[in-house]
Amino acid sequence: MSTAVEAPATEADLAALIAGSTAPLAIEGNGTKRAMLRPVQAAQTLSTRALTGITLYRPEELIISARAGTPLPEIAAALAERGQMLVAESPSLGALYGATLPPTLGGLVGANLSGPRRISAGAMRDHVMGIRAVNGAGEVFRSGGRVLKNVTGLDLCKLLTGAHGTLGVITEVTLKVLPRPPASATLALRVATLEAGVAVLSAGLGSPYGVSGAALLPRGLAAGEGPVAVLRIEDFPASVDYRCGKLAAELAPLGEALRLDQPASEALWQDIAELAPLGAAPEHAVWRVSVAPSRGPGVVAAAGMPKALLDWGGGLVWLAGPATTATHAAVVAAALQAGGAFTLMRAPQPLRAAVAVLPEEPAALAAIGARVKAVMDPRGLLNPGRMRAGA
Amino acid sequence: MISLPAPKPEILARRDAIVAGLAALLPADALISEPLRLKPYETDGLSAYRQPPMAVVLPRSTEEVAAVLRFCHAEGIRVIPRGAGTSLSGGALPLADAVVIGMMRMNRILEVDYADRLAVVEAGVTNLGITAHVAAQGFFYAPDPSSQLACMIGGNVAMNSGGAHCLKYGVTANNLLGLKIVTIAGEVVEIGGRHLDAAGYDWLGLLTGSEGQLAIVTEVTVRILRGPEGARAMLAAFPSTEAAGQAVDAIIASGIIPVALEFMDRPCIHACEAFAHAGYPLDAEAMLIIEVEGSPAEQDFLLGELKGICNRFAPISLKVATTAEESLAIWKGRKGAFGAVGRISPDYLCMDGTIPTSQLPFVLRRIGEMSAQYGLQVANVFHAGDGNLHPLIMFDANNRESFHKAESFGADILRLCVEVGGCLTGEHGVGVEKRDLMPVQFTPGELTQQRAIKAAFDPDWLLNPAKVFPLEDAPAAPRAA
Repeated sequence: MSTAVEAPATEADLAALIAGSTAPLAIEGNGTKRAMLRPVQAAQTLSTRALTGITLYRPEELIISARAGTPLPEIAAALAERGQMLVAESPSLGALYGATLPPTLGGLVGANLSGPRRISAGAMRDHVMGIRAVNGAGEVFRSGGRVLKNVTGLDLCKLLTGAHGTLGVITEVTLKVLPRPPASATLALRVATLEAGVAVLSAGLGSPYGVSGAALLPRGLAAGEGPVAVLRIEDFPASVDYRCGKLAAELAPLGEALRLDQPASEALWQDIAELAPLGAAPEHAVWRVSVAPSRGPGVVAAAGMPKALLDWGGGLVWLAGPATTATHAAVVAAALQAGGAFTLMRAPQPLRAAVAVLPEEPAALAAIGARVKAVMDPRGLLNPGRMRAGA
Repeated sequence: MISLPAPKPEILARRDAIVAGLAALLPADALISEPLRLKPYETDGLSAYRQPPMAVVLPRSTEEVAAVLRFCHAEGIRVIPRGAGTSLSGGALPLADAVVIGMMRMNRILEVDYADRLAVVEAGVTNLGITAHVAAQGFFYAPDPSSQLACMIGGNVAMNSGGAHCLKYGVTANNLLGLKIVTIAGEVVEIGGRHLDAAGYDWLGLLTGSEGQLAIVTEVTVRILRGPEGARAMLAAFPSTEAAGQAVDAIIASGIIPVALEFMDRPCIHACEAFAHAGYPLDAEAMLIIEVEGSPAEQDFLLGELKGICNRFAPISLKVATTAEESLAIWKGRKGAFGAVGRISPDYLCMDGTIPTSQLPFVLRRIGEMSAQYGLQVANVFHAGDGNLHPLIMFDANNRESFHKAESFGADILRLCVEVGGCLTGEHGVGVEKRDLMPVQFTPGELTQQRAIKAAFDPDWLLNPAKVFPLEDAPAAPRAA
């Protein structure tokens, strides 16, 4: 476990610290997601939490830049003041991890976490327009920039987003942002089975009404209820009314749609983003499985776990259950059988250290990955063991 | 003038043996080696540069691609992947000692799944071919580069192609789920799949836009989207580029994201009007085409709001389409912009820098000044919502001096884009065209790191060489782990 924490106040100090390091470093922001993936094998922690502040905000260009340690709420507040938002609706997962501090921008990008709006508007990685980072040799580098369209050179923004600090320490990020839709509402339909629920979500997402959230709550909205499918519409008020009406009519053969107005709708999607309907007990392990939407219900059944939450039209399956190697093996088998991917999102340290927390890569890709890691972090200092044992 | 590396004499010397080796791997009709038949492959959309390859192979399967790559890898032969050859940056330009792998025969749509909203297609399927295949069900594939009738999805992946509608729908990278790739060593690897956001490193994101430097894409799983109820365009003409630029800023700041927001300057308006007779205002310095989506009532609402915003900037004229036909008429000139400029000048270079939209009036003024200095006409058409400029520099290809001037002018525009906070290329790729300008945007250390990542995939630098990275330095080998 980490003990000493260094939190340099400038990118140059951070680069010098890495350049001068001889021992592995645990890389983090506020450390809210330490219980995700594998435990890092490092005696020293390098935090970006002192690199804070919004460095550029141009609402009319849909662009915001901030240093990696900037707390998410600070960015969200600046955007809200101008009627804008972070597009991917990324969750803080504060409740999941029992975190007392808010996540930082760098931590969020490093984990590529996206919320319900991902299905319609793209993932966190789709909105990272530019990045500044320090590699494992202590060299500062940039990729992308501050414009919305850029194909100049290899896209290292994508490579670093979701790399959990293993290829470089992100010091500053430029994101594409969007206007916050002025109105929203949700249609909720009771369904007999999860399969019927995914059929409702597919019908909604296959409609021309711009559904911006499509989730399936196996235990419904209230105690004792069966599965409920929920579809969100966000737009100008008249459009929300019109589209909800049309969508409810088109879905009528699949069930009666109950409309949740804006306050209830917003609360529901906040809960879904933060996994409240999953109902994970504090001692439970939590997995995230990504599959083709039609395979979602099969994953829930095959994993044999009653605690589940499906988002992204059924393709994002959250599961909670006993933190044992046997349950982990069942989730892995279910995900791979369905042609998808899994991530062990939360578990006690012994389980996270004992199992593969991400799918194995094909040998050819793993060999390329090892060479890329050697390019970015030649001494193997950055977050060793975080994603895979021995890497 | 961009230089190309000298062919390796030992490869040229073995030409006949290499052709025989390829012939042993493929059906007879999948190999071209006669000089006359190699001619169509000597160039792409950047037609000022021409170089026939040693041979062309036209595989029909991933296995054939893998067999060719294994052979070329073992023999140390350079390979050039090629889709439809529409690259405007010379992305498919051959070398004399290289084998071109043409993907046009891998043109099957393998599967469409409407419930999961995806299509699995071979790399040689055209961009528009995907949309045409799913349109009857009301679906479409979102990225829409101007060349969409001809360009192939494999090339779209290589260039991370955009189009006029990416302000709302994103670029190629945002619309992919999975790839089947072949490494230079001939290994077939599946990346991603039928799901969003595969766990682990984002190889899908890194490969997209890598311009054939890392691997060859043979199959692509794309997201397909249900189309909107309808779409309608309006046209707003302004007396100055400043006013049009302010209108763009005001539209974005208003909270409305139009599905397309296109900007044309005076020379472009005139060229397009002469070509398409779209009814464009000839007294305007700048014109916007703005498109919205939704039901007729929603379109009315949004177009009304947009009209109100444009009216704040003293437009010369506003024309809101009332029917789909009027919308098409508004788009007709824009869609034909490159052809229209081709009528004024037989040759033009199409540049592709991106700038922060706030810099638009300044950049257009500077481009105008440079146009006078170089004595070359330029027409500007521009994806205004995302800052992606397309200056079309007109020149005479029969006059070498005119061509060199056009290249220098283009390079100056791209340097200006980087100076004001933008980048060298928004959607056409670096290719050979912008290769030597990379140090304008990146530090030597940044380029060394990118080269080393390229080498992690392709240690011998056989894949699409002489593109993207400046030639001067020796290829970097990956450092040992």
